Amino acid sequence: MSLAPTQSIAEIKARNKELIQEVLKVYPEKTAKRRAKHLNVHEVGKSDCGVKSNLKSIPGVMTIRGCAYAGSKGVVWGPIKDMIHISHGPVGCGQYSWGSRRNYYVGTTGIDSFVTLQFTSDFQEKDIVFGGDKKLVKVIDEIQELFPLNNGITIQSECPIGLIGDDIEAVSRAKSKEYGGKTIVPVRCEGFRGVSQSLGHHIANDAVRDWVFDKVMPESKPMFEPTPYDVAIIGDYNIGGDAWSSRILLEEMGLRVIAQWSGDGSLAELEATPKAKLNVLHCYRSMNYISRHMEEKFGIPWCEYNFFGPAKIVESLRKIAGYFDDKIKEGAERVIAKYQPLVDAVIAKYRPRLEGKSVMLFVGGLRPRHVIGAYEDLGMEVVGTGYEFGHNDDYQRTAQHYVKDGTLIYDDVTGYEFERFVEKVRPDLVGSGIKEKYVFQKMGVPFRQMHSWDYSGPYHGYDGFAIFARDMDMAINSPIWKKTKAPWKDVPKPKLLAAE
Amino acid sequence: MAQSAEHVLDHFELFRGPEYQQMLANKKKMFENPRDAAEVERIREWAKTPEYREKNFAREALTVNPAKACQPLGAVFASVGFEATLPFVHGSQGCVAYYRSHLSRHFKEPSSCVSSSMTEDAAVFGGLNNMIDGLANSYNMYKPKMIAVSTTCMAEVIGDDLNAFIKTSKEKGSVPADFDVPFAHTPAFVGSHVTGYDNALKGILEHFWDGKAGTAAKLERAPNKKINLIGGFDGYTVGNIREIKRIFELMGIQYTILADNSDVFDTPTDGEFRMYDGGTTLEDAANAVHAKATISMQQWCTEKTLPFIADHGQEVVAFNYPVGVSATDEFLMALSRISGKDIPEGLARERGRLVDAMADSSAHVHGKKFAIYGDPDLCYGLAAFLLELGAEPIHVLSTNGNKAWEKKMQALFGSSPFGQNCHAYPARDLWHMRSLLFTEPVDFLIGNTYGKYLERDTGTPLIRIGFPIFDRHHHHRSPVWGYQGGMNVLVKILDKIFDEIDKKTNIAGKTDYSFDIIR
Repeated sequence: MSLAPTQSIAEIKARNKELIQEVLKVYPEKTAKRRAKHLNVHEVGKSDCGVKSNLKSIPGVMTIRGCAYAGSKGVVWGPIKDMIHISHGPVGCGQYSWGSRRNYYVGTTGIDSFVTLQFTSDFQEKDIVFGGDKKLVKVIDEIQELFPLNNGITIQSECPIGLIGDDIEAVSRAKSKEYGGKTIVPVRCEGFRGVSQSLGHHIANDAVRDWVFDKVMPESKPMFEPTPYDVAIIGDYNIGGDAWSSRILLEEMGLRVIAQWSGDGSLAELEATPKAKLNVLHCYRSMNYISRHMEEKFGIPWCEYNFFGPAKIVESLRKIAGYFDDKIKEGAERVIAKYQPLVDAVIAKYRPRLEGKSVMLFVGGLRPRHVIGAYEDLGMEVVGTGYEFGHNDDYQRTAQHYVKDGTLIYDDVTGYEFERFVEKVRPDLVGSGIKEKYVFQKMGVPFRQMHSWDYSGPYHGYDGFAIFARDMDMAINSPIWKKTKAPWKDVPKPKLLAAE
Repeated sequence: MAQSAEHVLDHFELFRGPEYQQMLANKKKMFENPRDAAEVERIREWAKTPEYREKNFAREALTVNPAKACQPLGAVFASVGFEATLPFVHGSQGCVAYYRSHLSRHFKEPSSCVSSSMTEDAAVFGGLNNMIDGLANSYNMYKPKMIAVSTTCMAEVIGDDLNAFIKTSKEKGSVPADFDVPFAHTPAFVGSHVTGYDNALKGILEHFWDGKAGTAAKLERAPNKKINLIGGFDGYTVGNIREIKRIFELMGIQYTILADNSDVFDTPTDGEFRMYDGGTTLEDAANAVHAKATISMQQWCTEKTLPFIADHGQEVVAFNYPVGVSATDEFLMALSRISGKDIPEGLARERGRLVDAMADSSAHVHGKKFAIYGDPDLCYGLAAFLLELGAEPIHVLSTNGNKAWEKKMQALFGSSPFGQNCHAYPARDLWHMRSLLFTEPVDFLIGNTYGKYLERDTGTPLIRIGFPIFDRHHHHRSPVWGYQGGMNVLVKILDKIFDEIDKKTNIAGKTDYSFDIIR
């Protein structure tokens, strides 16, 4: 299934262009015109990938995207472990997002940690008709009574809240006052806002700014003595423990991580972050907003990094160290040297099994570009990629630092397009989400979920790279893919001879 | 550094190593502003007390860990049970991403469904244009034979009129005028996924039987010998529907399964992705009006559909998720009575085998106390089976159960000497169940995957039966209905009972006795 080595870049480009034209044929004219802007073949040297992004999904096409609530509750706020996040509205949203993102944490669940609980105001018809503010008041009171060790509450708005005119900000203010200044954060992340999860990230970032930062008195004493080496990890959701296998490297190089946003994070860590000397930003898409804000307001620089695969890890460790003195720079080199034998062993073991294999990706956040390096470390090639909810700045980064000439680019891909692309390109591996997994496996194409790490992980850092390599090998080289055709169907039928 | 290429450690082992443990302890102490450990312990203990239970049960507004989902999930589940049908949910798109993920995580199968992707402007002006464009796109791209429309709460709050919208869309040429687009309003703030199942199924039958929204003549019922069967929202639909078909065929009954999604949630891996597979043909759906009778396997999934069918002149019979000997007996006898066909000896043999198995194992189940939670019919069916086994379903809780369900459950308990200490809890959630398990402990808990949190907190061993099951694979492929299904449930319960006995007696040098090789 791998690309024939004889295929030239020009041939690949021509085939990909043809593929795009082919899929567009299925659409009514208006839709074809709109979708055409989201599909392209990457030209090396261009500053972006040549696609439009962050636009409304087209009705009826089977977009893979989610909503603003998913971006706020599901991504940004949900992992803050010592706060209770109320899914405010009908029961479904909280139910479908309950515990499915694998944001690992340590705590006593239900007593001082609440990530894997589903708190909802479970709206009924009367709440829609008469408004839900009174119910919200009562919900907060009941939380206070039954979960007294919670350190704060967020209100994650579902669609109806914004439509029926509830004033959750007023409720939050009043209840905060009543409970001695307790942090209560209203979040206007109704699912119909914006075009995808992305606006939910932004709204959630703004809610931290307005309802956490602005509440902390600038003169308030920090819980700890600051050091020149204090950093915060921003935009790591600790899926399968990613933030932990990243944190350990930063600490080993001599930095002190004072906060994790937001995987295994706590309210105290959010509040302490303005004391950081540097914010290190992994998922740019979901948390660049708050990083920019901290830069403007508190003068904290921020630095994007990539902890997928050794090549990018080395680059990132040096980049981060560049913000500090020689002690840290030496620390970075020490860390790189320490893990080199592991990297060599992992590559020696897995690269021969994966060399030359092709991958198509479709994911959210940072992964459509960030994981490319890790595949390349294993000798694999990413031949197609796209963002569920990326913006143009994501495509710029992708074009300038990651993808190769001729890569097929598909923004907010539809179910139909993705199937046709994979069918024609026949990559050795597809990396996407749960909704796509079984579609491609049925087609006989190996697959890994690249949102949840297919219940594995971590994939970040050196420890994560070993797991990543093992998992990709396991997917591609599973013996099951040789069994998808019944043997009696493979046998060519004997041709009848003229005399018969 | 513990990681190695030779023996790759993943999250199970990696973070238990001393380097990570030290790092996490440090993080907590230095930066998390943790609660005092003694205070955490005190609250943890307090949350187990009758006093806490009382406060917990006094909740009026807050729901914690509910065992129910919202209407459109049920609508999507029912819709894909028709031949080449694409579910189309009118409203915000994130909802559809959630339903698809939820169903895929349970069945380990693709789940195809589209949304009309309404955003702010549609919230202001209504979603008509989204419907017009959406239907045209879906029709062209996915070539369905039918598009079944339901709604998210967004569309319901702003009051979009599906009937009018679909009519306008057809006038605008989105789909041909005679293309089938049944619909159902499925507000998430009313009922639960079982209500959505009911509404969607009724919408589809209404479409075919009552003149396709005024575009065709109503069907004239010409009674035949067929029996319709409705499975209801069921995590075991794949195994159960196939078992029901086998029984119908053994009995020689002509039948139509309505909303038959047993194939679409169980397609082969053979190189081809089948977006549509199996399902009730549209012709059969229409002709179902002529059937002699309709049987619903789940009363609470068909509260509107069954009266609708009865109004068309058919006999309707509702069961409550029949599991076990007597419930299956009643089901088969109803089939026999309606069809006039005898119950074949083969099924009597199967019955005898289930009774045989229950007799063999009875001593291990008899007198055991259980808690059950789930959809109202599932709870009823499982509780009835436990009573047959001489076990006691002490706490039976259904978040989407109502007062009528409670009454029916209490009547069931009243009918058995083993039901005397049993209670039904309608409209309660798993945080209530937690208090019940702490204050009135039982031996085993039956529920879906989310019961694992209760198992961890209260130490009550969990037997996974229900929906969703995310963390065990393939259970949905085996039936729980019919005598053979009853056997599967029995084995599942027994396996857990024996595992627990072994777990409690496996400390060498301490509990060498009771660690028996024959049980």
